[in-house]
Amino acid sequence: MNRVLAAGQLGNPVINIGIFVAFVIVTLAIVIKVSSRNTNATEYFTGGHAFTGRQNGVAIAGDYLSAASFLGIAGAIAVYGYDGFLYSIGFLVAWLVALLLVAELLRNTGKFTMADVLSFRLKQKPVRLAAAISTMTVSLFYLLAQMAGAGGLVALLLDINSRFAQSIVIAIVGVLMIVYVLIGGMAGTTWVQIIKAVLLIAGAGFMTVLVLAKFGLNLSEILGSAQEMVREATTKGVAERDVLAPGAQYGVSTMSKINLLSLGIALVLGTAGLPHVLMRFYTVPTAREARRSVVWAIGLIGAFYLFTLILGYGAAALVGPDTILKAPGGQNSAAPLLAFELGGTILLGVISAVAFATILAVVAGLTITASASFAHDVYASVLKSHKVTEDEQMRVSRITAVVLGVLAIGLGILANGQNVAFLVALAFAVAASANLPTILYSLYWRRFNTRGALWSMYGGLISCIVLIVFSPAVSGAKTSMLPGSDFSWFPLSNPGIVSIPLAFILGIVGTLTSRDTGDPELNAEMEVRSLTGVGAEKATHH
Amino acid sequence: MATTDVERPGVTPSGAQYLAVQASPEFKELRRTLRRFVFPTTAFFLIWYASYVLLGAFAHEFMATKVWGNVNVGLLLGLGQFLTTFLITGLYIRFANRDLDPKAAALRAEMHWVEQ
Repeated sequence: MNRVLAAGQLGNPVINIGIFVAFVIVTLAIVIKVSSRNTNATEYFTGGHAFTGRQNGVAIAGDYLSAASFLGIAGAIAVYGYDGFLYSIGFLVAWLVALLLVAELLRNTGKFTMADVLSFRLKQKPVRLAAAISTMTVSLFYLLAQMAGAGGLVALLLDINSRFAQSIVIAIVGVLMIVYVLIGGMAGTTWVQIIKAVLLIAGAGFMTVLVLAKFGLNLSEILGSAQEMVREATTKGVAERDVLAPGAQYGVSTMSKINLLSLGIALVLGTAGLPHVLMRFYTVPTAREARRSVVWAIGLIGAFYLFTLILGYGAAALVGPDTILKAPGGQNSAAPLLAFELGGTILLGVISAVAFATILAVVAGLTITASASFAHDVYASVLKSHKVTEDEQMRVSRITAVVLGVLAIGLGILANGQNVAFLVALAFAVAASANLPTILYSLYWRRFNTRGALWSMYGGLISCIVLIVFSPAVSGAKTSMLPGSDFSWFPLSNPGIVSIPLAFILGIVGTLTSRDTGDPELNAEMEVRSLTGVGAEKATHH
Repeated sequence: MATTDVERPGVTPSGAQYLAVQASPEFKELRRTLRRFVFPTTAFFLIWYASYVLLGAFAHEFMATKVWGNVNVGLLLGLGQFLTTFLITGLYIRFANRDLDPKAAALRAEMHWVEQ
């Protein structure tokens, strides 16, 4: 990534910072206001199950539409065209898995974390531990992606080019995130997500209208000009791309086509296994509200991805791939550059602040999920055998949030400059391999037992991580994390096509090779609770 | 509440009671209704999505076929994925509100031994 943009060439850093600071002040005020309710663990971890379906749906959209979706997808479409669009389709269709198979039954069965559901009728300690480990792994991958994105974004938006100054900004993001989580708990974090989602979707919508207006509402015209600009590009390898059809990014060899398939599988099956998404279903009082939240989320996320399609091609047509690739942040700068082109300094400032707020909000959501899982599943259940008070769980969770925050700052500084969309896709692959098979089996397969769960979770998690480590994503290619060394033997940069089926099969094999058929009474209780909502349909009101 | 396990407040209902509900025709009917909608629909959208990704990976020529101006088959199929996602969401909501919720509510009312 080069950092050659001259000072002041792109917008006004003072305005960018000003709008961002305003966002922080407003959201902090709201977080402090709602935090007075954080008096017990249910309030702290779930906002007291007191959010409505619509509020939670907007918050889910806020959680889900990370900087990778906004900057990454718009940028990929601007530079590679159609192949960037494939990402957004996978990200969207994935919500049907969550809506049809997971959301409501999960809401009916659990309390705070994903592990509540997975360990309901299986052996508590080993299953909770496995679920907590995979929750923390997925969250850390995701966290890393966001923090890495923060560095690149800062370079572009605040015109801060020195590595050291960028590190300071990453640290500021981390500290702010810790403050949100410590003060606000789930309720505060949810409000930050809601505000951010509204700003992000409204901002992207406004830009879309401007682009459409420039081309007289003619989609074909936008596509044509985008292709035109690409054809005239002087950057090596760009001009011959057909950006209107698939293949510009994933089309050269059979292996890269299989890589695209692998990515597609990971995207569509990953969402319903993302712990920070699953935990959001506990912020609503009933399964019916969980359903409504997914509907709102699908509507908002779908609309947003349609906007990014226009924004991506719009950026190619109006800004051009040459300018985008030369800007600091490369591809990721397509959306901000387009904002500058359309609305000058002010719109750039707004969009930049929104993108920055996006990172902050997503990071806070991830942190509360991972720290809740540690406090509730590892500390309270595995280490202390449930002999702790809820107050103590909250205390442990807050300490964990601080530790995670510090860890995220450190890793974020190290990962500064890495490819954001790629890291997020890996988080999806880990979630789909380690979590989804066990979630589905424990909700729908009565015979499923502890060994099946452990084999599937550890098998999925370990195979996924090992394949990533030995893939061209980490070493052996120009675009690798460690371009200098080569210890790769796995040809695909996304392991989903291998590790996800493997985890499903291990779940079946593990279950059938064990004579353990579970406790029929617990099995009955879980099935009755999950389908009827009995015992769970109560919100706390204060 | 001192412990941190999944909440089971009030009079703890016995496992036998849950087994009885699980075996009841009303509960089996609820489960059958749910699965009859959810499983085929999931199979449909996964196959439709998989075909789309396969075409995107292996049938570049076909996807590049122009339909109207610069709008090609690939773009229309991609937008089709959005459309079916919205459509399935709508159908599921109607189904769940009409067919699932009343059945689940009736069963909950029967189970007065579980403290709500």
